[in-house]
Amino acid sequence: MIRDQGLTSKIWRFAIWALAILFVLNLLAVIAAVIVNSFATRWLGTWLPAGWTTRWYFSAWKEFQLSSVVLVTFEIVFTVVIISGILGVTTAYALARRNFPGKGLVVLLFLLPLLIPPLTYGIPLATVLYRLGLGGTFWGVVLINIVPSLPFVVLVMIPFIEQIDPRIEAAARVFGAGTTSLFLRILLPLLLPGMLAALLLVLVRTIAMFELTFLIAGPTTQTLVVSLYYAVFASGVRAGQSIDAMAVVYMVTTLFWLVLALQFVNPTQIVARAKQQSAH
Amino acid sequence: MNQPSLQTRLAARGLDGTTLLLLPGLIFMIALFVYPFLYGLADSLVPKEGAWYANYAKFFSDPFQYQTIAATMWLALPVTIINLAFAVPVALRVRLMRRQRLLTTILVLPITLGTVFVADGLLTFLGPRGWFNHTLLLLGILDSPVKLTNNYWGVFASLLITGFPFAFLLTLSYVTGIDPAIEQAAATLGAGPRQRFFRVFLPLLVPGLAVTFCLAFVQAFAVFPSAVLLGAPAGPTRVISIAAYQAAFEQYDHSLGSAIALIMGAVELAVVLTVLAIRSLFYRGPAGGTKG
Repeated sequence: MIRDQGLTSKIWRFAIWALAILFVLNLLAVIAAVIVNSFATRWLGTWLPAGWTTRWYFSAWKEFQLSSVVLVTFEIVFTVVIISGILGVTTAYALARRNFPGKGLVVLLFLLPLLIPPLTYGIPLATVLYRLGLGGTFWGVVLINIVPSLPFVVLVMIPFIEQIDPRIEAAARVFGAGTTSLFLRILLPLLLPGMLAALLLVLVRTIAMFELTFLIAGPTTQTLVVSLYYAVFASGVRAGQSIDAMAVVYMVTTLFWLVLALQFVNPTQIVARAKQQSAH
Repeated sequence: MNQPSLQTRLAARGLDGTTLLLLPGLIFMIALFVYPFLYGLADSLVPKEGAWYANYAKFFSDPFQYQTIAATMWLALPVTIINLAFAVPVALRVRLMRRQRLLTTILVLPITLGTVFVADGLLTFLGPRGWFNHTLLLLGILDSPVKLTNNYWGVFASLLITGFPFAFLLTLSYVTGIDPAIEQAAATLGAGPRQRFFRVFLPLLVPGLAVTFCLAFVQAFAVFPSAVLLGAPAGPTRVISIAAYQAAFEQYDHSLGSAIALIMGAVELAVVLTVLAIRSLFYRGPAGGTKG
């Protein structure tokens, strides 16, 4: 490590830290503002609210029918995770192990949904789903959410599968393992950490996926984030504290899974897609 | 002279049972990504009334519609450039930190919480009586509260809060991929901090920064919920995604909606391809020091 001792270097270093700290403070304040407001009796123009209460949580839970919304959210999210997990891991396995004509095209197909704005493919896709009668239904929401999750699983899993030595599989074959036992006793245990990481990341991303769910969700299939959007959109109709209480419920739901995911992955990987594993 | 069987010949080209595992995922993507895309393209060419290009003509002749492209660019480009410009020096500093985990965990929060939550938080935080204005008044920087919500700056702030961590974490993963020995070698040969940055780090970082720029730009360009909640969705922050959404789901003109969605994708891809084309003019090669 190099330490520059010149005055300009010190000023520069100080400026960068000040900037970073300022950003983190603002970021934490934004989150804190939501939490503080959700516990406030009245909060107008002062540093802290006039008093504290938890009643907004009860009223939000009733007003926004959060018990059914949370239930629907989890049903949708887990279905998305399971389906994109199964499809994604098999696809990633084929892509990691075989070279075939047209492979570049297939990889491009799995990259595109992550490069194109969700609304660009979401609007035509939603139109098709409405035409098929899936608009507002559980499966409509699930299908539209798999479109970005499946490529995500594939791209996270490919480097992970590539690092598993194919000779291990060959050795198992030599000792007489059939396809089923090869998969269950050799591949699955080796793939499990990577799968767990990929699926937890998909879980967190799907809970927060707003645009696509918003296009297709009906009154009974709103996820938490869509309900939150409608509540903020129509703010003024309900107390701000009630909306913020719902936002806190949403935050806790997301953060629970985020904390779990961070046991298996580095925070950088949430955006950088397992780059660091292949950097060894 | 036996010809090898079809199965053997296919396997030699990489097509066997394992390759078939690709099919379920591939079929899914074709059915739910490629097909709707083509459907949307065809749909956009069959307008409610007029010639086949009527939707596109309508979009590009109505200033209320075509100005959304400029409005989106005017938000997305400055934010992406600022995010990236701050991300690089901060990432170069943080690289030297031993315990980065706390910082990276905090920064991943806004990304995972998403724009809707951030927009809700910023409405309180940046509001005329929020903590932000309160602090600036207390420090004497302002005389009266400044309006930061329901206008351009609200959306700008939300893109900063979610975009900077994204750009930073991506840049950090590229910066840590550069071998520290390269910097040490430059320092040994007498390069000052400025020279080390501009002549060693920056050239090695350019490919990664181009990709970071593209991914960050894609996110900023697709801004939707915060432009509605924090911005002025009828005025300066009527971005192109709002135009597409309104056409498809408020005026129930899915043909026009698809057309605007495709224009949006085309504009975004044009920017991304330009950046990637510029990238190809720069050095691309190993950033590791020892083994070439």
